[in-house]
Amino acid sequence: MNRINKLFQEKKNNILSIYFTAGYPSLNDTVEIIKTLDESNVDLIEIGMPFSDPIADGPIIQYSSNVAIDNGMNLHVLFKQLANIRKITNIPIILMGYVNPVYQFGYDKFINKILDCDLDGMILPDLPFDDYKTQFKPIFVKKNLSFISLITPNTSEDRIIQIDDNSNGFIYMVSSSSITGKKSSFNKSQIQYFKRINNLSLKNPRIIGFGISDKKSYNEACKYSNGAIIGTNFIKSLDKNDLSNSIRDYIRLIR
Amino acid sequence: MKYNVNNDGFYGDFGGAYIPEMLFSNIDELRKNYLSIVEKKSFTKEFNYYLKKYVGRPTPLYYAKRLSEKYGSKIYLKREDLCHTGAHKINNTIGQILLARELKKFKIIAETGAGQHGVATATVCALMGMECVIYMGEVDIERQRPNVERMRILGADVRPATSGSKTLKDATNEAMRHWINNPDDTHYIIGSVVGPHPYPDMVARFQSVISEELIIQLKKVEGRDYPDYIIACVGGGSNAAGIFYHYLNNPKVNLIGVEAAGLGVSTNKSAATTKLGKKGVLHGSKTLLMQDENGQVTEPYSISAGLDYPGIGPLHAHLFESKRGMYISVEDDKAMNAGIELSRLEGIIPAIETAHAFSIFDNIDIRGKVVVINLSGRGDKDLETYIKWGKY
Repeated sequence: MNRINKLFQEKKNNILSIYFTAGYPSLNDTVEIIKTLDESNVDLIEIGMPFSDPIADGPIIQYSSNVAIDNGMNLHVLFKQLANIRKITNIPIILMGYVNPVYQFGYDKFINKILDCDLDGMILPDLPFDDYKTQFKPIFVKKNLSFISLITPNTSEDRIIQIDDNSNGFIYMVSSSSITGKKSSFNKSQIQYFKRINNLSLKNPRIIGFGISDKKSYNEACKYSNGAIIGTNFIKSLDKNDLSNSIRDYIRLIR
Repeated sequence: MKYNVNNDGFYGDFGGAYIPEMLFSNIDELRKNYLSIVEKKSFTKEFNYYLKKYVGRPTPLYYAKRLSEKYGSKIYLKREDLCHTGAHKINNTIGQILLARELKKFKIIAETGAGQHGVATATVCALMGMECVIYMGEVDIERQRPNVERMRILGADVRPATSGSKTLKDATNEAMRHWINNPDDTHYIIGSVVGPHPYPDMVARFQSVISEELIIQLKKVEGRDYPDYIIACVGGGSNAAGIFYHYLNNPKVNLIGVEAAGLGVSTNKSAATTKLGKKGVLHGSKTLLMQDENGQVTEPYSISAGLDYPGIGPLHAHLFESKRGMYISVEDDKAMNAGIELSRLEGIIPAIETAHAFSIFDNIDIRGKVVVINLSGRGDKDLETYIKWGKY
């Protein structure tokens, strides 16, 4: 069983997943951020692979991506940093990003590196299903890696069921029709959407992301799903000069 | 139909719809409906009405006598520069705004580089009484002031894209983000044959009025309905797609696309995508893309703001790779000189984008041949760039 499946088997509620951009604030912060998140008892980690043109992201993640690229972050560097990460943490780790950098790196090589570093899965929101099925799925199934897809309030029921069939790990429920980093306290129609998804009896657990900015929205998201993902606000809280403490302080505010 | 889009939205290896889930329902709605809408009789009728009465179509096919004499061939110019708003761009915006109305979307967004597509979009929004938001790179807003003011006069809200290089690519990113935030009431009018399927095919179809007219016009003057060569400039590639369209599967016609080499393909100031690009994914489609070895998109450069896009439409990537089309890249100075030459020989000052198409006479031997060049836009908007360049 992979770490993600195990996590959801052991813990049904209040799962906290943190997203950060690799290479930000400084090139070599990756391991320290992961280590501190581990010490702060975060449940899941999503490492963002920076891309020059992140069309689904708001200004904060755009900025962190640009800084990371300027700092020299790329997949070769990232996998080097993660080579011994399993000596430090046993938390599930997922790589998240846009198709193009992964495509240039090479899909097969990318999968091999995920396996070498003993990571647990990937999220590539702009990868079409057909490409996943032909290029990734056979080996993902064989090696028990997690492929995680997004759904939004506008995703049709048919498609949600198709996504559920093809996913392993959890489903990433985007809280509203928006890019990352938009503040939201959930309104009626969002809550209806969360309930509607819960009633579909999907095989995969769900976590809510996008617009989770503080303890209040985190708690509310946890009410309607297995947990929540925080990205933008976590990145905003990172203090370059006092990295570990800024991380610890932030997680304490949420939990 | 080897060179048209296939059922999966691909041209050979290129195209597709590489979009995050937030855009899926919008793109899927378009994909499922665009053909049935644009093939409806009532739609065609209204589209043709506006093209004729509002845009001023059919545009003339003009025999360029002095240019032909100089190069020893028969050169015809397809006068898209005479369209309302000064370029071919409006063919597509008329089509898309009518389509948006069919889809019950009454708010319009668009990206623009030089401002031509922005002006064409603002124009049709005024015509149809729809709300219009145009994203334009902060750098382009500075260097294309007159077009910004034209859009504002037409009632559009011009919003600066302040991320990345602050040019066309970033304006496109911002428009896509806007669409993600407003999926229900908004239609995104993409200005070129780029973006996720069905955009490249949809825009090519709306622009294909150019080659549709050409068939009839050539038959009249030449007694045959095809030329030996068709030449057009390529940024994203919409005017080229439009004039190639009905000839894609006719091997007797040589299709020539002309890209902007900027200061030269060996400098890092260029926009020659077929020379410098590799297969990659940007703005929703797999195509040839200028990028570094890590897949980060690089900044293109050209003296013409309408050609400095880091990719080309997937149709062109396919024509290039299959060798159906020939793609030539031309440096700034050479294009500018060609613009001056056309001005002096024919009394037509072309847009600088278009001037690139007139600078290939020493690359290919056209003597004795029938050649059609797509005169995609007029040069009024570029006066300042001509003046700054100054070598005339």
